[in-house]
Amino acid sequence: MAKELIKGNTAVAEAALRAGLEAYFGYPITPQTELLEHLSARMPEIGRPFVQAESELGAINMVYGAACTGKRVMTSSSSPGVSLMMEGLSYIAGTEVPAVLVDVVRGGPGLGNIAPAQGDYNQIVHGGGHGDYHMLVLAPASVQEAVDLTVLAFDLAEKYRHLVAVLMDGSIGQMMEPAELPPMQPMKTDIPDWAVRGTDGGEKRVLTSINLDPPAQEVMNLRLMKRWQEIEKNEVRYKGYYLDDAEYVVVGFGTAGRISLSAVRAAREKGIKVGLLRPITLAPFPNDILDELSEKAKAFLVVEMNSGQMLEDVRLVVRGRKPVEFFGRMGGVVPYPDEVLTEIKRLVDGPLTTEGHPRDRWLARLSETIG
Amino acid sequence: MVMADVPAKIVYERPEALDPRVTHYCPGCTHGVAHRLVAEVLDEMGETGNTIGVASVGCSVFAYNYFNIDFVEAAHGRAPAMATGIKRVYPDRTVFTYQGDGDLASIGMGEIVGAASRGEGITVIFINNANYGMTGGQMAPTTLPGQKTSSSPTGRDTKRQGYPIQTAEMLSTLEGSSYIVRRSLHSSREIRRAKQAIRTAFEVQKHGLGFSLVELLSTCPTNWGMSAAQSRDWLEERMLPYYPLGDYKVSPAVAELKK
Ligand SMILES: Cc1ncc(C[n+]2csc(CCOP(=O)(O)OP(=O)(O)O)c2C)c(N)n1
Ligand code: SF4
Repeated sequence: MAKELIKGNTAVAEAALRAGLEAYFGYPITPQTELLEHLSARMPEIGRPFVQAESELGAINMVYGAACTGKRVMTSSSSPGVSLMMEGLSYIAGTEVPAVLVDVVRGGPGLGNIAPAQGDYNQIVHGGGHGDYHMLVLAPASVQEAVDLTVLAFDLAEKYRHLVAVLMDGSIGQMMEPAELPPMQPMKTDIPDWAVRGTDGGEKRVLTSINLDPPAQEVMNLRLMKRWQEIEKNEVRYKGYYLDDAEYVVVGFGTAGRISLSAVRAAREKGIKVGLLRPITLAPFPNDILDELSEKAKAFLVVEMNSGQMLEDVRLVVRGRKPVEFFGRMGGVVPYPDEVLTEIKRLVDGPLTTEGHPRDRWLARLSETIG
Repeated sequence: MVMADVPAKIVYERPEALDPRVTHYCPGCTHGVAHRLVAEVLDEMGETGNTIGVASVGCSVFAYNYFNIDFVEAAHGRAPAMATGIKRVYPDRTVFTYQGDGDLASIGMGEIVGAASRGEGITVIFINNANYGMTGGQMAPTTLPGQKTSSSPTGRDTKRQGYPIQTAEMLSTLEGSSYIVRRSLHSSREIRRAKQAIRTAFEVQKHGLGFSLVELLSTCPTNWGMSAAQSRDWLEERMLPYYPLGDYKVSPAVAELKK
C-alpha cells in the first residue's frame, strides 16, 4: 500500500480499525480527539460499535465489558483522562482480559495544557492503578511507528491476555507525516474459550477480579508475574543508532528520542562518537542492551519531556558504573535538537561524575535558564 | 380417608438459571428473592443460555456464583458501562446488571445516567435497601430522612446530609429510557408484581426497545437491626411513602408490547 500524508491520531485510529478493531469506546480530550472523531465516522460506516462514553470511567469500563467477550477492543485518551481510567485498567489486569489503550500525552500535572509531553511515563509504566500488575507499553517516535505499534498492540494483548498501552505524546498525535497504513484485516472469528457469550446450555463462564482468599489471590498474582517475566523475555523492543562505536550514549523515547537523533547526527558531524538508544517498549524496559552499553560507553545522557521519569529506570541498570546526565523539558515544552547537542557536548567536555543525582544538576542548570 | 389418585405434580423447583448452591445472604434478606425472580423470568423466556449478567459491588458481588449464567463482575458503580460494552458487541444477547443502591445511585450515578440516556438496550435490576449493606450499613443515597445508619448514627439529617434520591423518578425523565418501574419485595403479592415487571423489562430488551430498569424495594434485616418480619413492616411503613410503587416510564413502544 502506498504512503499517504496523514495525522498521527487519524493514522492510529485507521490502523486499529484495519487491524480488526471490533468496538471502540472513548471520551473527547485534546490532543487525542481526532482519534475518537475518525472512529466515530468509520466504525458505524462498517457496522461496528462506536460509543462516546459519559466519561473516561465509563469508556474504560465499556472496554472492560467488551474485552470480556474476547473481541478486539480499545480506548484512547490523554493524560487527565487516563488518570480517570486507572481504576478500570487495574480491573482489566486483574481479570486477565486483553485490551488496548492509546495515551496521547499532554502537559501536566492537573489540567496542565494540551502541548506534547511525556509526563505519563510513571502512571503508565509504573502503575497508576492499584495492585500488582504491569502494562506492556509501546512508545512510537513517528506516525509510521505509531501505526505499526498499534497493530502490534492488539496481537500482544491477545497473545498474553494483557493490557497494552501505546504511549505517544501530543506531537505524534497531531503531526502529519507520510505513513503506510496496514491492509484491512478480517475480524477475528476465533473467540477464546474464556470469553463470555451466554452458556447456550453449556458450562457457565465467570470473569471477575475478586478473590477473597489471600492464598488463592497470591496464586493469581504469581500467574500474572510469571506472564510478565515471559513478556520481559520475549517482547523487549528498542532501536539503536550509531551504537557500535559510541563512547557516549543518549537514551530517549518517543519524540524526545527522535529529537535526540537529530542532535546525535549533528554531533557525529562534529566527530563526537555518540549513539542513541531509543526504547520502543518502555515496559518491558530494554535492560540488557543498556547493561551492555554500561560496560562500553563513557557516559549517558537521558533526554525526556518530563522531569526524568525514565531516568530512574536507566539509573537502575547503569548502577553507578558510568556517569549519567539528564536533560528534560517539562510542562509541554518540546526540546530543540540544539539544546540536546549542547548537552552532548557537555558530556564530552566534562567534568563527569557518578556522585549525586543527575536530576539535581539538571534542575540547577534549568533554574538558571527558566527560573 | 382415601387419598384421591392424583398424579404428583411439581409446583415449585429450582429454576435452571440458578445454581444449586447455598447463598451467603443473611436470613430474611430479599437479595435471594430478587435472584430467583430474575432466574424464573429468564427460564420462562428461554433466555438463560443467551444471557450475560453483570454483577456489581455490594452484597450481591458474588451473584455470579448463584446464577447458572455467563457472568462478569464490574467495579463499584460501573456495571452499566460494562454491560454497554458487552451489549454493543453482542446486541442479540440478553445483558443485565444487578446493582445495589450505593452502587447505582451514588458511585455509579454517571454510568447509569449515561446508559439510560443512550437508550442502551440493557436491563437493570436495582436493589434499593436504603443502606450500604456489604460494608456494614452506612448511609446510602437512598437512606430515608431521619433513618439511623452506621454513618448517620443520629439519623439522616437532611440539613447536613441532603435528601434521598428517587432513582426511578429521576431516570424516567430521560428520553432514552423506555421502561422504568418501582416494585417491592415485602409481600408475596408485591413479589408477584415484581416478577411481572422483571418479565416486561427483559421483554423490552428482547424486542430491542431500549433501556429498562426495575427498582426493587428490598430489606436488609441485618443492618437495619430487625427481624425479617419487622423489616418487611418497616419497608411497608417507611419506604413505600417515600418510594411509591408504580410505572414511571413506559414508552409508547413498550405500552404497545404490554397490550
Ligand atoms: C471504589 C470502591 N469504593 C468503595 C468500595 C467499598 N464498598 C463495597 S460494597 C459498598 C456498598 C454497596 O452498597 P449497595 O450498593 O447499597 O449494595 P448492598 O450491599 O446494600 O446490596 C462499598 C462502599 C469499593 N468496593 N470500591
Ligand atoms: S447485609 Fe443486608 S443486604 Fe447484605 S445480605 Fe445481609 S441482609 Fe442482605
